[in-house]
Amino acid sequence: MGQEISFWVLAAVTVCAAIGVITIRNVFRAAMLLVACFVAIAGLYILLKTDFLAAIQILIYVGAISILLVLGIMLTHEITHASSSNKFQIPALLTVAVSLAGIIYAVVTTNWQISNVSDALPIDIATTSTLANRIFGENGFILPLQVIPILLLATVISAIVLVTVKRK
Amino acid sequence: MTIGLEHYLILSAVLFCIGLYGALVKHNAIVILMCIEIMINSANIAAVAFAQFITPVEITGQVLVIFTVAVAAAEAAVGMAIIFAIYHNHKSINVNKIDLMKW
Repeated sequence: MGQEISFWVLAAVTVCAAIGVITIRNVFRAAMLLVACFVAIAGLYILLKTDFLAAIQILIYVGAISILLVLGIMLTHEITHASSSNKFQIPALLTVAVSLAGIIYAVVTTNWQISNVSDALPIDIATTSTLANRIFGENGFILPLQVIPILLLATVISAIVLVTVKRK
Repeated sequence: MTIGLEHYLILSAVLFCIGLYGALVKHNAIVILMCIEIMINSANIAAVAFAQFITPVEITGQVLVIFTVAVAAAEAAVGMAIIFAIYHNHKSINVNKIDLMKW
């Protein structure tokens, strides 16, 4: 019972915060609502028994990406009335409504092969060691994991180049 | 009514569509970046839900989410750098006014 209540509360917070992000005109308040949305999503990860991903969500999204976005808002001066919408609101709303209806129809009608192992899994062990064994063990993901640092290095270099190269 | 896979998938779809709408209609480039982050997060929720409900033993979905988070962080950093460069040149981050590559 507690799980259901937690899910509905977290889902309501997530969706309301996301709607707030796209409706509130003040960009800084939108960023704060985005933080609330990320925290609620971390709660959903905990509800799904993935504590490591919840920690990652808090550390990277709430701690790093939101700060980056707030920094960007502070450095550009269009804060209070910049979050306006363009003239494509109605077509965009139609597109989004049609795609949402399509996705929900597909989700509801598909016969998912729900595994019944998930109920048997112990809840009290942390998923971090399981995840580490999956990544670093046999048939793991060592190569993708080594590509990620290259990507991050390229990101750092490109970000520095983009903001420091002198222009006329 | 227990919470199943469909609940998480529909929540993910709703979040994705909210983010898509924001990314389509907003003028401010930073708000568009925020909406893209919402869309990435909705995809992460779907991946974790699939991992927990369909393949709970081989948790490939969780591994996928770790890589997605790394790529999302890289995307946010490069996106902000591009926005700063454009703001430096144009004194505006309104995407309707950024038309230097428009014919």
